Amino acid sequence: MDLTLKIWRQANAQAKGKMVDYKVSNISPDSSFFEMLDILNQQIIEKGDDPVAFDHDCREGICGTCSLYINGRPHGPESGITTCQLHMRRFKDGDTIFVEPWRAKAFPIIKDLIVNRGAFDEIIQAGGYVSIGTGGTPDANAIPIPKYDSDKAMDAAACIGCGACVATCKNASAMLFVAAKVSQFAYLPQGKVEAKRRVQAMVAKMDELGFGNCSNTYACEQECPKEISVSNIAKMNREFLSAKLCGQTQE
Amino acid sequence: MSNSIVHYASITKKITMSIIGLFLAIFLLIHLSINLLLLSSDGGKSFAAAADFMGTNIFIQIFEKVLFLAFILHILLGIFLWWYNQSARPIKYVKPNVSTTSSGSKFMIHTGVIVFIFLILHFLNFYLVKIGVVNVPEGAASQHDFYTMAQMLFGNVFYSVVYIISFIALGIHLNHAIQSGFQSLGLEHSKYTNFIKGLSTVYAILIVIGFSIIPIYFLIAA
Repeated sequence: MDLTLKIWRQANAQAKGKMVDYKVSNISPDSSFFEMLDILNQQIIEKGDDPVAFDHDCREGICGTCSLYINGRPHGPESGITTCQLHMRRFKDGDTIFVEPWRAKAFPIIKDLIVNRGAFDEIIQAGGYVSIGTGGTPDANAIPIPKYDSDKAMDAAACIGCGACVATCKNASAMLFVAAKVSQFAYLPQGKVEAKRRVQAMVAKMDELGFGNCSNTYACEQECPKEISVSNIAKMNREFLSAKLCGQTQE
Repeated sequence: MSNSIVHYASITKKITMSIIGLFLAIFLLIHLSINLLLLSSDGGKSFAAAADFMGTNIFIQIFEKVLFLAFILHILLGIFLWWYNQSARPIKYVKPNVSTTSSGSKFMIHTGVIVFIFLILHFLNFYLVKIGVVNVPEGAASQHDFYTMAQMLFGNVFYSVVYIISFIALGIHLNHAIQSGFQSLGLEHSKYTNFIKGLSTVYAILIVIGFSIIPIYFLIAA
């Protein structure tokens, strides 16, 4: 496959970036998108230029590190996968492919296609945990949990925090991410203890970091590589409303 | 600027917006039911009686003030949220987003602005005439003769086209708004969410057709 790539290049956070055109030839349709970028970077290095910086780690679709906005969609044209799982057979010979970083005020660019997603870490630090004393391993079946609730919690916990929801949302809202993290605890008895404090603290942090407001366009659900449902957002709205109406004042 | 600009969390604003929006949606149904009396063949008597009831009943007078407040809050909050959301992505993508989204959801501010412009026109033609700020149009018997005023306005093709376009914009707005309002309130469940989405679409179509047949009827009659 011969391809034209239009890639966002930006030397650092302060520099002004721009789209730069590259050509790659003889790309196997069976190669992954990242392998194609590796080939491109090898070409760039051989010319003595700075290779394209992009985030990647496991390349197995489980770590949530990769973050490319390809032809107007986070993680590219295929649904339910991360960028590292995208293969070149999804493109046609002669295609022009636009590759951009996630765009959001809360995700500043570090270099080229790499953005700082530390905002997600700050949201987790605000309440995305369960405060339990350490000790002996508790019996897994000591607390009965309805199958429906455990399934819902597990579905929400599938979120890998890649940020595709923010990248695709027209408002750069982080609601799906925060909702998944709130729900995974709120469905379980261990998480219910701190549920009211948690949802208020995490939403407050999300707002403070400059993410946009959710307007229920549901693009996040469409683009989530783990197919997290927007029903988690409704769940978080219920949790938030309940916390505001019935909960104690936030600490 | 922090999203706590008005000291309320983003979800509080969403919930406020949805409660007001659903209240306005109920009002639209009442308005439609009265407007449809214009189609009655009694020369506007039943419409005049309904308009008189709406103009004199004390509860309706109180409801009217709440309604004004709801409209103002809905508009101001909508503009604020749109402005804030724009600032959450200061640098736009080179390649526009092509993700699948809920129908009409990307155009809420655009359809909202069209409806707002229509509301100003509507106020000039009816409400401001009723309270005596704008002169009674020639041909109408009094400032409460809404039947004649409507008849004259809908006899104008240009006004009728503007009216219908405004209601199509409102229909697109409502199609997303109703189901979105339920989602914001957390009223979501696999048992009934598809029903609410269907209801949202049926309601939007009902509003567009219901309001649009009135100018069409008067145009044909003229």
